[in-house]
Amino acid sequence: MRKGFYLLAAAAFLAAGPALAEDTVTIGFTASQTGKLNNDSTSQLRGFELWRDDVNAKGGIKAGGKSYKVKFVSYDDESQGTRVQQLYTRLITQDKAQFLFSPYSSGLVATAAIISEQYGKVMMSIGGAEEKTYKLGNKYLFQTYTGASQYLAGALDVLKHKNPKAKIAFVYEDDPFSKAVAQATRELAKKDGFTVALEESYSSSTTDFGPIINKVISSGADALLGGGHYADGSTLARQLHDQKAKLKWVTLLVAPDSPNFSKLGDSAVGISVPSQWEPQVTYKPDFGPTPAEFAKEFTAKYKIAPGYHAAGGYSGAMILQHAIEKAGSIDPKKVAAELNKTDVTTFFGKCKFSTDPKSHGLQIGHTMVLAQWQMKDGKLVKEVIWPDNAKTANIMY
Amino acid sequence: MPSSISQDVAKAGTFKPQRSFADEIYRHVREPFPWLIVIFTAVVGLAPVVMDDVSLRESLLLAAVYVTLASNLNLMIGYAEYVNFGNIVFFGLGGYIGVYLATSWHVNLVLSVLAGGVCVSALAYLFGRGILGLRGAFFALATIGVNEAIHAFVTNFEPWGGATGIYLSMDAYEPLGGPMSGLWFCYYLLVLVMGLSLLLSYAIKTSKFGLGILAIGQNEDAAAVLGVPTPRYKAIIYAISGFLPAVAGGLYFFKSGIIEPNGAFDLTTSIEAIVMIMLGGAGTITGPVIGAFLYEELRGFLLFSETFSHLQLVLAGALLLIIVLFVPGGLLGWLRARLPWLRKWLQ
Amino acid sequence: MIGILASVVDGVLVGAVYGLAAMGLTLIWGVMNVINLSHGAIIVLGMFVVYFLTGATGVSAYVGIPVVVVVGFVAGIIIYWMSVNRVIGRPILMSLLATFSLNMIIIGLATAAWTTSPYNVPVSLPGITVQNYTFTGTHIMAAIIAGAIAGILYLFLHYTRPGKAIRAVASNRDAAELNGIPTRQVLAMAFGLGVALACVSGALIATLFPFTVLSGGAYQLKSFVVTVLGGLGNPAGALLGGIALGMVEGLATPFTPVSWTPIIEFGLFVLTLIAFPRGIFAFTKA
Repeated sequence: MRKGFYLLAAAAFLAAGPALAEDTVTIGFTASQTGKLNNDSTSQLRGFELWRDDVNAKGGIKAGGKSYKVKFVSYDDESQGTRVQQLYTRLITQDKAQFLFSPYSSGLVATAAIISEQYGKVMMSIGGAEEKTYKLGNKYLFQTYTGASQYLAGALDVLKHKNPKAKIAFVYEDDPFSKAVAQATRELAKKDGFTVALEESYSSSTTDFGPIINKVISSGADALLGGGHYADGSTLARQLHDQKAKLKWVTLLVAPDSPNFSKLGDSAVGISVPSQWEPQVTYKPDFGPTPAEFAKEFTAKYKIAPGYHAAGGYSGAMILQHAIEKAGSIDPKKVAAELNKTDVTTFFGKCKFSTDPKSHGLQIGHTMVLAQWQMKDGKLVKEVIWPDNAKTANIMY
Repeated sequence: MPSSISQDVAKAGTFKPQRSFADEIYRHVREPFPWLIVIFTAVVGLAPVVMDDVSLRESLLLAAVYVTLASNLNLMIGYAEYVNFGNIVFFGLGGYIGVYLATSWHVNLVLSVLAGGVCVSALAYLFGRGILGLRGAFFALATIGVNEAIHAFVTNFEPWGGATGIYLSMDAYEPLGGPMSGLWFCYYLLVLVMGLSLLLSYAIKTSKFGLGILAIGQNEDAAAVLGVPTPRYKAIIYAISGFLPAVAGGLYFFKSGIIEPNGAFDLTTSIEAIVMIMLGGAGTITGPVIGAFLYEELRGFLLFSETFSHLQLVLAGALLLIIVLFVPGGLLGWLRARLPWLRKWLQ
Repeated sequence: MIGILASVVDGVLVGAVYGLAAMGLTLIWGVMNVINLSHGAIIVLGMFVVYFLTGATGVSAYVGIPVVVVVGFVAGIIIYWMSVNRVIGRPILMSLLATFSLNMIIIGLATAAWTTSPYNVPVSLPGITVQNYTFTGTHIMAAIIAGAIAGILYLFLHYTRPGKAIRAVASNRDAAELNGIPTRQVLAMAFGLGVALACVSGALIATLFPFTVLSGGAYQLKSFVVTVLGGLGNPAGALLGGIALGMVEGLATPFTPVSWTPIIEFGLFVLTLIAFPRGIFAFTKA
């Protein structure tokens, strides 16, 4: 029975791709084609694919006198941890993947890392911002995003500047990532002398924020920090507007970053979002495309502007490519050693990994920006407002 | 399906009540079926080693978990005919207790998961006395409610990491000789738990207690009139059906390296276990095994195939509908109705 | 104080919509003893119907409600003949699985067609502001429509021939059959009606909150809670159950963290089942 299925599956694969004669390097990963993470995972996947096409168009990755064409093998993890280990084992042992990309979201990354570590395969973690994952003793896991605890540091800086006595309400999704962000920020806020007026978490499937917003109003907060992912964040923004909560400052995670957020119209005005990357940033890359070039290429291919998930996917893959080329080999140990030494700037910003055994692979180079939706000539645009050296517009408070 | 059950009941009822324990064991050892279970378990346990195929191990591991879930749930659904929709709560809660003891208190893994099993069974017994007074759909709804209530509670329970859950560090596998051998160890234990589940199903079916349970399944009021202590029996079978899934939960989540509420108390997995039972044949011992393996193969196939991966949910749903409407006895019920000699071998 | 009151009123408004959703579930149960596990998927269907309707024609979501009713009714009849008819009167497990398999099929197809991205139905109505608290117009409107539809359903069941036939079949199918009522057709109609109610509630929810293909699961669980509070098989009780649940949630939130609400909700659910298996509002059953 089993053999039969595998033969069928193998036949399907053979039919799908022509046999390659030249050297190839296989990169394996799972994406969330179905389930709740489907939206964010897909834009990351586009980033990967754009990179692959670019590299292959230029003849592949050049290492040690050879050039390797990039081949992807991927499966659907259904946004769940159930099959992640099975799929990654399969990617390594059957599909002979030499390198891995992580699944999307922190929990799945931790699950997959147990397999990749066993086989000593380098795994680029793109989309797992929660720091806990990198403090478990992994040696081959490398994070390209800024960690969760830094997400709202920028928003606090803005508040310090505008209203150092602000009363802050923390309202966040009850998931590993948002919770890690909110709790780290709450401690920072207390240290900075802000008052924490309210702290509420809500389940990921929440659609009715009425009760929470009433509590926010009752608490007399000036600012709201929190949110979670796209679905809940956009709802929260809309209902805050509908219920006329008189807040002076709202920073939400993830949701306002998406271009779709502008569909909220008036509800979106003034809402800010910490972002790993925005198309307007002006980083000078050491190699690869500039931010503007990337945005242009991406928009041309997918007819939609890239968010930071897409940019993160592309640049994470590019960092791996850089390390392979530096190492001159596709040996995982050598590539991991190069990644440990990495200290570069790409269109996505700086990249440097922690080599402390207690937090190995944690991203310590990359910094975030704060973007805000503003009305400009009757049109909603997302402007970078912080830090000062990257800003494209003034803060609207 | 009802006719085959009544035949089983008749068969199990032929033994005389006063029989020494040694006779009891001997009676089972003489039967071919328990040996089939032992052989099957050994084959599953050794197959990935012999074939040197880690991928096969991962696939068989999932199948072993499914068999454990399905065959213990079958005690409720197939034997007692009580539809437990929230059976996954055993798996999740057992997983949490096991992982928590093993990581935070550094208790030996085997002891941790056994403790998980005992706690869950005790809780199930207490709860069972309450909700098993409900019949039919009311009971089914109550089990969903229990699962969701515990899910919500664990999400808020900070010692277990709340919504984030518990992440295992690589050190957690050190007592087992590192992650590589730790995963093999978990695999052997899970296969063992699977084998024990099947033996348990067999032992209950051929015991006097099991006869009482099957009678409850056929007609609860009549069973009570005939002297079956129905409330106690129901609570006991409910508690028993929770033990091995809880142990499996501890092993499975330890092996996965992370446990969080949404993964641990996922109602879909609960329903998948029911689907496996239906696929193989409810009320039989072999049925849930066949169902679990078929289901795992099928989902795996749909997942790996490029053509079908987008439509896997649709195809799985359509298959289930066809079985429910046209083959309610499952594969085994269908086979046994046509090939009566199979009954001795595939109970 | 005003904060608590605001919270309760808001809870009641939304609760009425949940009550409407539960009414569909409970009607089907009352007439044919089937728990419809495709309920959540059908709610989602209602959401998408109203989404595409407003998107394509530009009419207000409220004008689209009658269309949603018709679509839901037809879908219900199709579902009934496809999967439910054969499992009527069989063990409860069979009907649970038959409807669950439909749930899988609908969700699977919908994911393939529309992905799991969130969607919004743009509606804006002026709200009412009391001190700092605002009751949004969409909430008030949804509650009014839910109440009106519940009223229409009551009149239909009590004062029209097909409505009376449904009630006759619900109370004793054999007797109804002997009196010349074509019970299978009546069952199909009742199922269609139940599905239509679920669809409408989905459409109303879509005017309040954004939704995805997977939103149905949460509303289905809520419907179960409401149904049990109101008494399985009792449509009037379902509306009251929904309002009661909204009230409890509204009362609880100012005092406990919002993340504890599900514990209260499902704790209440299990306790009600054990203590009052016929529901708290059993007296309303006609």
